[in-house]
Amino acid sequence: MSIELLWTDQCFLLVLVISFAVFIRSARRAHVRRAFQQIFNKPIAVSASLILLFFLIIGVLDSIHYKTATEHQVQSLLDRILAPLGAEYEKTYSAPLALTLYTTETMIVDGDARQVYPRLQYPPDDLKNNADVRQLVRHVLLLAALVSLLAVIVLWLGLVLIRRRYQRGLQSILTSARASALITLFFCFTALLASYWLSRELHLFGTGKIGQDIFYYAVKSIRTGLVIGILTTLFMMPLALLLGISAGYFGGLIDDVIQYIYTTLSSIPGVLLITASILSMQTYISSHPDQFTTLAQTADARLLALCLILGVTSWTSLCRLLRAEAMKLREIDFVLAAQALGSSSFKIIFKHLLPNVMHIVIITLVLDFSFLVLAEAVLSYVGVGVSPLTISWGNMINAARLELAREPIVWWPMMAAFVFMFILVLASNLFADAVRDAFDPRLSR
Amino acid sequence: MTNYLLRRILYALPILLGINLLTFSLFFMVNSPNDMARMQLGEKHIKPAAIEHWKAQRGYDLPLFYNDKANGIAQFSQTLFFQKSLRLFVFDFGVSDAGRDISHDVSQRMYPSLAIAVPVLLLGMAANILFAMMMAFFRSSYLDLTGVIACIILMSISTMFYIIGGQYLFGKVLRLVPISGYDTGLNSIKFIILPVMVAVIGGLGAGSRWYRTLFLEEMGKDYVKTARAKGLSEVRVLFRHVLKNAMLPILTGVVVIIPSLFMGSLVLESFFGVPGLGSYIIDAIQQQDFAIVRAMVFLGSVLYIVGLILTDISYTLVDPRVRLK
Repeated sequence: MSIELLWTDQCFLLVLVISFAVFIRSARRAHVRRAFQQIFNKPIAVSASLILLFFLIIGVLDSIHYKTATEHQVQSLLDRILAPLGAEYEKTYSAPLALTLYTTETMIVDGDARQVYPRLQYPPDDLKNNADVRQLVRHVLLLAALVSLLAVIVLWLGLVLIRRRYQRGLQSILTSARASALITLFFCFTALLASYWLSRELHLFGTGKIGQDIFYYAVKSIRTGLVIGILTTLFMMPLALLLGISAGYFGGLIDDVIQYIYTTLSSIPGVLLITASILSMQTYISSHPDQFTTLAQTADARLLALCLILGVTSWTSLCRLLRAEAMKLREIDFVLAAQALGSSSFKIIFKHLLPNVMHIVIITLVLDFSFLVLAEAVLSYVGVGVSPLTISWGNMINAARLELAREPIVWWPMMAAFVFMFILVLASNLFADAVRDAFDPRLSR
Repeated sequence: MTNYLLRRILYALPILLGINLLTFSLFFMVNSPNDMARMQLGEKHIKPAAIEHWKAQRGYDLPLFYNDKANGIAQFSQTLFFQKSLRLFVFDFGVSDAGRDISHDVSQRMYPSLAIAVPVLLLGMAANILFAMMMAFFRSSYLDLTGVIACIILMSISTMFYIIGGQYLFGKVLRLVPISGYDTGLNSIKFIILPVMVAVIGGLGAGSRWYRTLFLEEMGKDYVKTARAKGLSEVRVLFRHVLKNAMLPILTGVVVIIPSLFMGSLVLESFFGVPGLGSYIIDAIQQQDFAIVRAMVFLGSVLYIVGLILTDISYTLVDPRVRLK
């Protein structure tokens, strides 16, 4: 077994490590700590960030790929946890928690041909009929709820005990923020445990056209969504920071050139620029097959290129904001003092300007995240999103359009994709709201 | 004013040239016409003669910037850059890779796009303003809070869900409107209702939340206090005083997209089968017709720049303090 990280894995983990380091470093400053305290005192923000954390953990588990010793296949830790879901295929569609296929087949039963719904291969034999399934679901839900309740109570008691050791007195054991954190944790644990246990026995969200497990696909898509939301910022930030601050700080010719570049880029309608870049990149990949040996590598290269292109097309708005802020800061006394004392421009930008524009960067990044997750679905529909081989919500929705026209209707693949996407985007929107309230100096006054 | 406009138009030229160079390099320099031909013709082991024929048919067999085989002015005019890119400046879009006249297609497909985009813009703005006004009227009450949360929830739902859900509910279950398609003249109304409704609801969350912030910002100002002190009713204060002043930032967002309405909406049109420019672009992307994509990038940029200039002009109309010099 050897670890084999794809390009996007490396970038994704790198970004997480960097942002964690930056978070730890900046948490030492009083005003940053105050902003975070403000976020974590809001019940909604706490719940949202916990849900995001759960998504992030799943994304990280899915980003650590390794080569299995026996099969010479690259799979992720998440595949290992969910196995054998990724490898089990039914014949075709089956409804959520069903025991039989969704379509009839002609079979010889007791000597004559009959139209029957064939049984699925995945559910174990001791589940005989739907009553058994209902009992199993009830049982699993109850058990999951009990276990999570226990876990949450133990966690809370542990935290209370730790606090009592260091701070005398029982001040505010259960604030509203903490209560909502515990409730969210309870629901997350329950959902996690129940879906995991049920997925051992049944296809939780049914199966798709080629018999793939929809639950597995929806969970695997989390990584794609996170990679697009997070990696795009990796490519966007350096461009926007460097160009925006230097345009605002230096002014003159540099300002003119940078303004020209971003006006040109932002004049092109976003979707069309992305389309143009992706189309020309597709042609490049298909005419250079020697550089991309495996299908997984091609799909991965396309995902990375999509992030790069989204980054290049979306840095302009942040750049404009940063330029305006840098122009304002340039005239403020502490910058003038630093100039008078003979600091180099480089030092002024890094020590004096950068920390003072960070709030804009943070607010823009969290606001962009949910936009990017939603954009992936639209781009995949247009045909310029991730590669058709990559498991993503956009591809699931795209495939599901034909299924809705079927009679009887096949709704579960699309619904699963929408619900997962909705939870992630809603959590990040609520979180972004709290971040904006906490970091925007105009609002805190 | 005329002076200002002239200068703005002159400023637009280098930007359009930059866009032109960018798309040119994306489509002709990153990928040579040979790659394009191979992609279109599909096969890996294809005869060079077939590629040459494909290129010659579409005029892709010229050099990039400089033609050393020609004489005089033709050294520059008989090049890909001149033929395929600079000609866009006079809105000569040429012929698509499939052999159709792009200008003709654009002039035909513009109207269905407008038929959907204009009602979406007007109704959407009215709905956003009304909803935001309601939240501002009941500010810092539970109604306001519920409204904001509803906005965030509306924002978090993918556009595709609104479209597919709308088609399913109103088209398939209730059978009120046809699921997709288009017709000429007044018959088209029954095809337009659903896409317009879907687009308005899809934009309601983000739009009205933003308008609410604008209204609340205005309501903190002194002139509102004065208006209230004069004894005006709250509704009158909101609609006569706050709305007028909040129109400035609202216009920035709206006027700039007015020229781009011609382009239509990619996803909406293609889901509802409307033969507008949006579905034209999607079809071009799916058929890898680069000539159309190139023309549309240029057209879209021109319309956006026109929108920016219109925004500046509209400021002078709404806010008498603004003067263009």
